[in-house]
Amino acid sequence: MPEIGQSVLQVQDLKTVFSTRAGDIHAVNSVSFSLQPGELLGVVGESGSGKSVTMMSLIGLLPMPPAEVRAGTVQFGGRDLLKLEQKQLQALRGRDIGFVFQDPMTSLNPVFTVGFQIMEPLRKHMGMDKSAARRRAVDLLELVGIPDAERRLRDFPHQFSGGMRQRVMIAIALACDPKVLIADEPTTALDVTIQAQILELVKDLRQKLGMSIIWITHDLGVIAGIADRVMVMYGGQVVEYGPVREVFANPAHPYTRALMTTVPSVRGERAPKLNVIEGQPPMLSQHPTACPFRARCTHAFERCARENPARYTVLEGHDAACFWDHTTGEPRNV
Amino acid sequence: MLSYTLRRLAFAVPTVLIISLIVFLMLDMAPGDPTGSLPLTIPLEVREQIRISLGLGEPVMIRYFKWLYMMCVTEPLHIVQGMTGWNIAPEGPRILSWQTRSPVGDIIVQRVPQTLWVVGMGYLFGILIALPIGVISAYRQYSWFDQVGTFVSMIGFSVPTFFTGVVFILIFAVWLGWFPSMYDTTHVVRDWNSFVFQAKQIAMPVAVLALYNASQISRFMRASMLDNLNQDYVRTARAKGLGEKTVVLVHVLRNSMIPVVTVIAIGIPTVFTGAIITEQIFRVNGLGDALIRAIYVSDWPMVQTITFIFAILIVLFNLIADVLYGILDPRIRYD
Repeated sequence: MPEIGQSVLQVQDLKTVFSTRAGDIHAVNSVSFSLQPGELLGVVGESGSGKSVTMMSLIGLLPMPPAEVRAGTVQFGGRDLLKLEQKQLQALRGRDIGFVFQDPMTSLNPVFTVGFQIMEPLRKHMGMDKSAARRRAVDLLELVGIPDAERRLRDFPHQFSGGMRQRVMIAIALACDPKVLIADEPTTALDVTIQAQILELVKDLRQKLGMSIIWITHDLGVIAGIADRVMVMYGGQVVEYGPVREVFANPAHPYTRALMTTVPSVRGERAPKLNVIEGQPPMLSQHPTACPFRARCTHAFERCARENPARYTVLEGHDAACFWDHTTGEPRNV
Repeated sequence: MLSYTLRRLAFAVPTVLIISLIVFLMLDMAPGDPTGSLPLTIPLEVREQIRISLGLGEPVMIRYFKWLYMMCVTEPLHIVQGMTGWNIAPEGPRILSWQTRSPVGDIIVQRVPQTLWVVGMGYLFGILIALPIGVISAYRQYSWFDQVGTFVSMIGFSVPTFFTGVVFILIFAVWLGWFPSMYDTTHVVRDWNSFVFQAKQIAMPVAVLALYNASQISRFMRASMLDNLNQDYVRTARAKGLGEKTVVLVHVLRNSMIPVVTVIAIGIPTVFTGAIITEQIFRVNGLGDALIRAIYVSDWPMVQTITFIFAILIVLFNLIADVLYGILDPRIRYD
């Protein structure tokens, strides 16, 4: 379990449910984690594993209805975010918690200039007047590496390339010096060279500004490159959580281990086929009472269908939710 | 943008000329004759002389070019002279209405104010009602407000104005007696009481047109808002911590207005043509009423001229809509 201490963000037992015509979808089930100051937490998992929904739930960005946060606490700056009024949340978003989204092509408003969109949070949260906000916007664009910032403020989003737009998104997210930056697959829509540039930029900014970052991705390579700790999600649950080196060297959950084998190797003979994890991710129509991964798990046994495994400590700071012991290859005796 | 506008204007000229030719020829070939409504006792030779005196003796193309010249030069100059008092109108024949023997330009000048007041206000009120309804309906999709709004606009859209007009007359003029059923054009607003009377007599035709236009535009507004409310940039705006009011009324509305503004612009000339029937029902002697009466008595010069004016309006407002689109959407660059 995550340690309680001087963490910036402390999430306990978060539960988010979508009500649809076909019934409830339990997208996030008892997710707990914490974020330390200055830390970069990588969140991995396949599509629909609840990565984005978890982060959007924290800050009330999900459309409600259909979404509903049914349980949990989110401690941030001495307050429980889930209990805040809409107005208080708005004051927090963009000021203390910045967001960068997946698709830079559609995440900026096409009819307003980039300058207007960067200056908006500055004027709302920092009370800056137009000229102060403009100066700050120029600084921000320079910070994220956009040349000729002064002039480019007057440009519209369609006049920027994808990578440049993502830089603008990062500039907006960083505008008010947030304590936490949540990046939801920020490089997925970009090609690899641009992706590398953005990763470099974020590493650099993190050193300069010292904020905590939550980085959602399904690219294990990205996580290995930049994260301090990693949280693996499956079926709306955290299945493994720990320091990056430890988890990559010593994965305890069969899902994490399976994920590692799907990464194609660049050395040696080229494999005739890519490795895949057979099967489909689960439909989360009710609160899980069994291990959500059991249908695709090579180590599943009878207990996995009866109980949902709780997270156990593998090593100090590293935990996994499984009944199977990766060291012995046998069921754990608990 | 300017060169685009000028280029489009240049292209509009042949379009309008071809329309004018079609309008002229179709009416010329139409059955019916200006002497058709005269008593049958008039002998054939006299009828023929009447036709020649109306200018029908010449070949059709000659008549077309004469009409076109008068339409594009003589009549506009006479209208300007009538309004400003400058002495610019050329000597020579004008397009004469067969029915009244007075120039069509003068009749149109008399008729336009009524149409502009009644139809224009109907359109204006329609827009003013439709925009907030569309915005709220979309923002609170499937709420009772949206359900009622969508239902009313569906009715307003599918029931023709000649039906709602008659229903309104029946309810508010006959049963309740609140408003007069006819529009009195000779009424002059002098004091408070005459103003109240004017407001009363204009209320029903404006309401009928406003309902119809509001139904159409609010559906567009709602659909356009719904398209935009789910866009990623809306989530970005919320993630920046902006209030809901700013998110909806600045970010979403600005994008949603792009198609709606062009629909409104394109709709302006169809309001003129579409109001013909409403004008008939409420006896508003506007442009539409003049057109209908001219059709009844085969007054071709009048019909040709008014139809041609409608055609020019349609071409012009299509151009305006395109230019507005380019102004509102920074992604559109025509040059």
